Amino acid sequence: MAAHSLSPSLYRLLFAVKYASLHSRCCAVHKKAQYSTIYNPSEKTFEKILIANRGEIACRVIKTCKKMGIKTVAVHSDVDSSAVHAKMADEAVCVGPAPTSKSYLNMDAIMDAIRTTGAQAVHPGYGFLSENKEFAKRLAAEGVTFIGPDTHAIQAMGDKIESKLIAKAAKVNTIPGFDGVVKTAEEAVKIAQDIGYPVMIKASAGGGGKGMRIAWNDEETREGFRFSSQEAASSFGDDRLLIEKYIDNPRHIEIQVLADKHGNALWLNERECSIQRRNQKVVEEAPSTFLDSVTRQAMGEQAVQLAKAVQYSSAGTVEFLVDSKKNFYFLEMNTRLQVEHPITECITGLDLVEQMIRVAKGYRLQHKQEDIPINGWAIESRVYAEDPYKSFGLPSIGRLSQYHEPLNLSNVRVDSGIQEGSDISIYYDPMISKLVTYGATRSEALARMEDALDNYVIRGVTHNIPLLREIITHPRFISGDISTNFLPEVYPDGFKGHQLEADTRRELLASAAALYITAQLRSQRFLGELRVSSSPVECNHWELCVELGEQRHVLEITKSGNVYTVEVDGGEVEVSGQWDLASPLLPLTINSTHKMLQCLSRDASGNIVLQYLGTSFQVRVLSKLAAELNSYMPEKVPEDTSSILRSPMPGTMVAVSVKPGDTVAEGQEICVIEAMKMQNSLTAVKQAKRRAATYPAGVPRRTQRTTAHVIRAPRFAGERNPRQAKTGEGGSLLYYMQFLGFRFQVDGFDNMVNLGCS
Amino acid sequence: MASPAYSQISVQLPQTSLLRDSRWYSVSHLSVKERIDKKRKAALIGGGQKRIDAQHKRGKLTARERVELLLDPDSFVETDMFVEHRCSDFGMEQDRNKFPGDSVVTGRGRINGRLVYVFSQDFTVFGGSLSGAHAQKICKIMDQAMTVGAPVIGLNDSGGARIQEGVESLAGYADIFLRNVMASGVVPQISLIMGPCAGGAVYSPALTDFTFMVKDTSYLFITGPDVVKSVTNEDVTQEELGGAKTHTSVSGVAHHAFENDVEALLNLREFFNFLECHDPSDRLVPSLDTIVPFESTKAYDMLDIIQAIVDEREFFEIMPNYAKNIVVGFARMNGRTVGIVGNQPKVASGCLDINSSVKGARFVRFCDAFNIPIITFVDVPGFLPGTAQEYGGIIRHGAKLLFAFAEATVPKITIITRKAYGGAYDVMSSKHLRGDVNYAWPSAEVAVMGAKGAVQIIFRGKDNQAEAEAEYVEKFANPFPAAVRGFVDDIIEPSTTRRKICRDLDVLASKKQVNPWKKHANIPL
Repeated sequence: MAAHSLSPSLYRLLFAVKYASLHSRCCAVHKKAQYSTIYNPSEKTFEKILIANRGEIACRVIKTCKKMGIKTVAVHSDVDSSAVHAKMADEAVCVGPAPTSKSYLNMDAIMDAIRTTGAQAVHPGYGFLSENKEFAKRLAAEGVTFIGPDTHAIQAMGDKIESKLIAKAAKVNTIPGFDGVVKTAEEAVKIAQDIGYPVMIKASAGGGGKGMRIAWNDEETREGFRFSSQEAASSFGDDRLLIEKYIDNPRHIEIQVLADKHGNALWLNERECSIQRRNQKVVEEAPSTFLDSVTRQAMGEQAVQLAKAVQYSSAGTVEFLVDSKKNFYFLEMNTRLQVEHPITECITGLDLVEQMIRVAKGYRLQHKQEDIPINGWAIESRVYAEDPYKSFGLPSIGRLSQYHEPLNLSNVRVDSGIQEGSDISIYYDPMISKLVTYGATRSEALARMEDALDNYVIRGVTHNIPLLREIITHPRFISGDISTNFLPEVYPDGFKGHQLEADTRRELLASAAALYITAQLRSQRFLGELRVSSSPVECNHWELCVELGEQRHVLEITKSGNVYTVEVDGGEVEVSGQWDLASPLLPLTINSTHKMLQCLSRDASGNIVLQYLGTSFQVRVLSKLAAELNSYMPEKVPEDTSSILRSPMPGTMVAVSVKPGDTVAEGQEICVIEAMKMQNSLTAVKQAKRRAATYPAGVPRRTQRTTAHVIRAPRFAGERNPRQAKTGEGGSLLYYMQFLGFRFQVDGFDNMVNLGCS
Repeated sequence: MASPAYSQISVQLPQTSLLRDSRWYSVSHLSVKERIDKKRKAALIGGGQKRIDAQHKRGKLTARERVELLLDPDSFVETDMFVEHRCSDFGMEQDRNKFPGDSVVTGRGRINGRLVYVFSQDFTVFGGSLSGAHAQKICKIMDQAMTVGAPVIGLNDSGGARIQEGVESLAGYADIFLRNVMASGVVPQISLIMGPCAGGAVYSPALTDFTFMVKDTSYLFITGPDVVKSVTNEDVTQEELGGAKTHTSVSGVAHHAFENDVEALLNLREFFNFLECHDPSDRLVPSLDTIVPFESTKAYDMLDIIQAIVDEREFFEIMPNYAKNIVVGFARMNGRTVGIVGNQPKVASGCLDINSSVKGARFVRFCDAFNIPIITFVDVPGFLPGTAQEYGGIIRHGAKLLFAFAEATVPKITIITRKAYGGAYDVMSSKHLRGDVNYAWPSAEVAVMGAKGAVQIIFRGKDNQAEAEAEYVEKFANPFPAAVRGFVDDIIEPSTTRRKICRDLDVLASKKQVNPWKKHANIPL
C-alpha cells in the first residue's frame, strides 16, 4: 500500500534509481529480504565462474557471485549481446548465433570461452547444459569444476526407469504397479488388491491415457480387465496389461535437497507446484498448505535417502505426486537448481546458489537439519510473455516498450533477466520474470502478490498477469484446494479473464469516466492556464454514456476537487486520485479503498483500455451528445478473413499436412509452425481445396506485405522437408514458401500465412 | 466540372417548405418577430426531416449535428442564418426552393476553449451544392478568421456546383480558393471531407493545410466514375477512385482517415489539442539505449523512439499510410507542441524517395509557417536510386525537402540515431541548414555512403577490399567524424534524449531568425 501514498514524482524517482543502479539495488533487495545466513568472506572460493546460461537465472547466479567477490563470465548469443546478463557480468563472450543449438548448447564454443577467460568453475543454471553429463565430463577433463552434482548422479537420475529402481532400492515410495501378462480377471483383482484401490488398468502398449480405466473395487477391476485385455489384443496385438496405483487429484509437491561431497544431506522443505498448464508450472508456493509436519518429515527423509543413495552433492529437487490421502510417490529427481528455488530461499533464508558454489569448492554444509526453518510463506508467479486466453498461455513476442517491476513494494522479489527495451524473441523461453512475494502468513504473501501484480507495468507484449491474478484470488486456491488439474477444472471452457460483479463493474465504469473527464479538463488548459479567461465557471457536472462489452450505461458525474462522485446503475461510486495522465499506473481510491489500475491506452474516440483486477477491459466513453449521434453510425462488417490463415507468431514451418488437390474440412490441420519450442498446428477456418496448379518456377511472387525482401524458396519436394529462406530484414525472420499451389508466408511483422482458397 | 452524378441531386427540389406562406406576413413588428422565429426554425432543420432521415440512413450526421459535436457545448455562434440564394432561373425563385442559410452552416466556436471558425456544408439542402450565397457565407468567416488569426475548419459534404446558378457558382469557388491561398500560412486551415466532394470543389481542400476523410462515406475526385467510364472506358468504383483508402495510401491527397463521422469529429478535436500535460521533462527513457540494433542493416521502428520520447506517448501521425518511409506528425514536449519528422528504417530502409520528400517538405513548411519547432530523427541511407525515381523527378522533389528544412526559421533540433549518408544527411535538417541543436547517438554513422560502396570507389581494382572495408567502417561508421568537426553538437546517450530536447526547446523558445526579404521564395514545385 506504500505505493499509493507516494507522490507521482517520487514514484518515478524510484524507477529512475532502479535503472541508474540496477545491480546494486537488486543486490540490496536480496540481502535485506531473503537471506538470513551470513556469507563468510574469509572462506576461500573460486576466483572466476562462467555462467553457461542466459536470462534471469544467469543474472541470479551473477548476483550471488558478486556478493561472494567472485568474478563472472557470461556467455551469450549474438542477439543477446546487449542482454542484461551479458551487461551484468564482468566479462561476456559471444558463443554463436541465436538458435540455442548453436550458442547456449554449443559445448565447443563454451569450452573455448572457459579457456580464454580462465574461469575455474561453471554454473549451468537450469535447462540448456545443466543436466548434460557429456558437458560435465568435458569440464572434468579440463579440470574445471561443474557447479552441480557429479556425472554419476546426473546419469542415474536422468533415466526415468533407472531412477525409479534406485528410488525403490533406497526405500522411497514409488507408484506401485504391475506390467505384464495377466491371464484371468481374478489374477487382476489380486494384483489390484495388492496395490490398493483405486487402480488404473490399461494396455501396456497404449500410449498416454488411451484406453485407461479406473477401478475402485473388485467388480470394476474385473470389468476393466475384460475391456483392456480385449483392446490390448485387438488394437495393439500385445496382450500385456499395466495395472498401477491410480492417483486421484494428484498434487505436485517437491522437496529441495542440499548435499555436500562428504556424505551430508539436508532437506530444505517442500514447494507446492500443482498449478500447471501443459505440465509447466505457473504458480508455486512454499510451504504447501497440504502437508502436515509428519508427512513433510517423511517426504524430506526419503528425499535425503535418495540423494545419499546416488552420492548426490549440490542442490537438487525430488519431485513427488501426493494423493488426496497424503500418500506420496516418487516421480523424478532434478539434478539442478530449479526455476522456483527463490521461494525456498525466502522461507529458509539460505542462498542456494551460494551453497552450490561452496559445495562445489568442497566445503561441508554449514547447516544441520534442525537449523532449517520455515519462516513465513512465499509465493512465486511466473510472469510469461504469453496470451492466457489461448489454452492458458500461447507464447507472444515483442519488445518491452515500457517495463517497471513492482520493486517499490516491500517483501517483493523479482528475478528477471530483461529490462525496458528488451526483446522477447522466438528463440528463447518467453518468461519475463519470476515474481516472488513473501509474508509472515500465507494470506499476507497472497495480498502482497495481488498488489505486486497490479503494480507490474508490462507494455509491448501480451502477458499472463490476468491469469496469475485470477489464480491467486480464486477461492479454491486461497483455501488450498488445488491439484494439477486446477486450471482445466476451474476453467473448463478456457480462461476468459476476470468476470466483473455488479459492484466491480460500477467501479470500473466510474474510474473510466473519471479518467475521461480528467483528460477533457486537461485539454482546456494551456501551460497551466485556462485557455480562455472569459469562459464561464468550470463545469463540474457531466452526463456520460459508457459502453462496456455489450452493455451501455448512463453515468452522472460530479466533481469536487480531485474527487469524482459517479452515479451509475443506481449506485454511487466515489473515485479520487492523483490523475497523472503520463503515468502508466493509475493509483485510485474507490469508495475509500485503494485500488491500483493501469491505463493501457486512451484515444480521441473515447476508447479507454484499463487494467483492473489483472484483466484489461475496453471501455468506450462518450458524451451524451456523441453517444446519441453515434447511434446513426453504421456498423461496419469486419473483413472476411476466413481465407486467411494467420500464424500466431513468426516461426518455422515444419510440416504441411495437405497434398495438392486435397480438400480440407473446417478445423483440419493445414500446416505446423514451430516457434518458441512449441509446435502450433494451423487449421482451416473453412472448407477449402488446395490448388493443384503450380506457380511457374523462377517467378518470385511478391505481396505488398513483404516489400522487397522476399526470398523465394525453391519448390520443395516432400512435405517433411520444407526449405526455408531467411533474411535479416526488420530483425525478423521471414520465411516465404511457395509450393504446389499454396502460398505460405510467415513474416515478423504481421505473421501472415496466406492460404489461397479455391 | 461537377460530376453529373452528383449535380443531379440539386435539381430534385423539396416538395414542401415551411416558408410557403411567408409572403402573407405583414411588415408589422409582431409579424417580423414571428417571421424571424419561423425562419430560424426553418434554418435549423435545413432540407427537412425526410432529408435528415436520409442523411442518417447513409450513416452521416447533419451539418448542424457535426458542428455541435465538433465544438465545445454552447460555444457555436452562427453567422448568416438568414442568407438565401438569389437564383431566379429554373423556378429557383419559388419560396419552396428557398432555405434560410442555404446549403451551408457557418460561424465560430471553441474547441477546448480555443477559437475556431467553421463551415459545415448541408447535404440536405440541394445536396450541399455551392451557390453564390453559399460561397459568400464561407468567404465571410474566412475573412473574419484571418482578421483575428483563428484557424478555419471546413466540413465538406457537397454534390458540387449549383448548376442552376451557372457561372455564379464557379465564381463562388474561385472566391474561396483565393481566400484559401491568402490564408495559407496565416491561419491553419483544415478540411474534413464527410461526403462527396467532386469537381472543382476538391481544390479548396487541396489548398488547405490538412485534409481528413471519413472512411466509406467520403469521396474526393475531379470527375466521378460515370465520366471516367465515358471518357476512358475505365470501370472504377467511387471508393476505388477517390475513397479514403485511395487518398491516404495511394495518392497522398488526404492526411488521415477515420472510421465514421463521430470518430472523425472527436479526433479532429484531439488534433486541435496539443496542449499541456504533466509528463516530467527530465524523464529518462532507458528503453532507447537498446533500440538501435547492432547490425546496421537491421531495421527498427522509428515510432518506438518517437512515442518513448514525447509527452504521454501521444503522437498524432499525419499520413500514416502514405510514403511510410518517412514519419511526420505532431506531439508535445513538456507541454509544447512540436512537429516531428523521422526516417522510418522499417520501411524501405528509411530511404528518401519522391513521395516521402514531398510528404516531409509539406509538413516542415506547415510547422515553419505556424511557429512549431521541428524535431528530426535521422536514420537515412540516402535517396532511393533507380529509373522510376529519376524519371519521376526525384531531383526536383527531393529539393523540396531540402528547401523546406533550409528555409525554416523555427527551432530545429536533430538527432542522428544511426545512418546519415550522402546528400540525405545534408537534407535531413543538418547543422549546415541552420540546425539549432544537432545530436548524434553513439550508434550514429555519418558518411558519404555505406562502407561497401565507398571502398569500391576508393580502392577500385585493389585486392584488399575486405581489409579496406574494415578500415572504412572503423573510420566512418561512428559519430566522431561529424563530432570533431562540430557538425553535431554532442554525442548523447539515447536515454537522455528527451531531457535534452526539452531543455533545448526552453532555450530556443526565444529564437529569432529571419530570412532575407523577398516577395516569396521559389520552391521547386
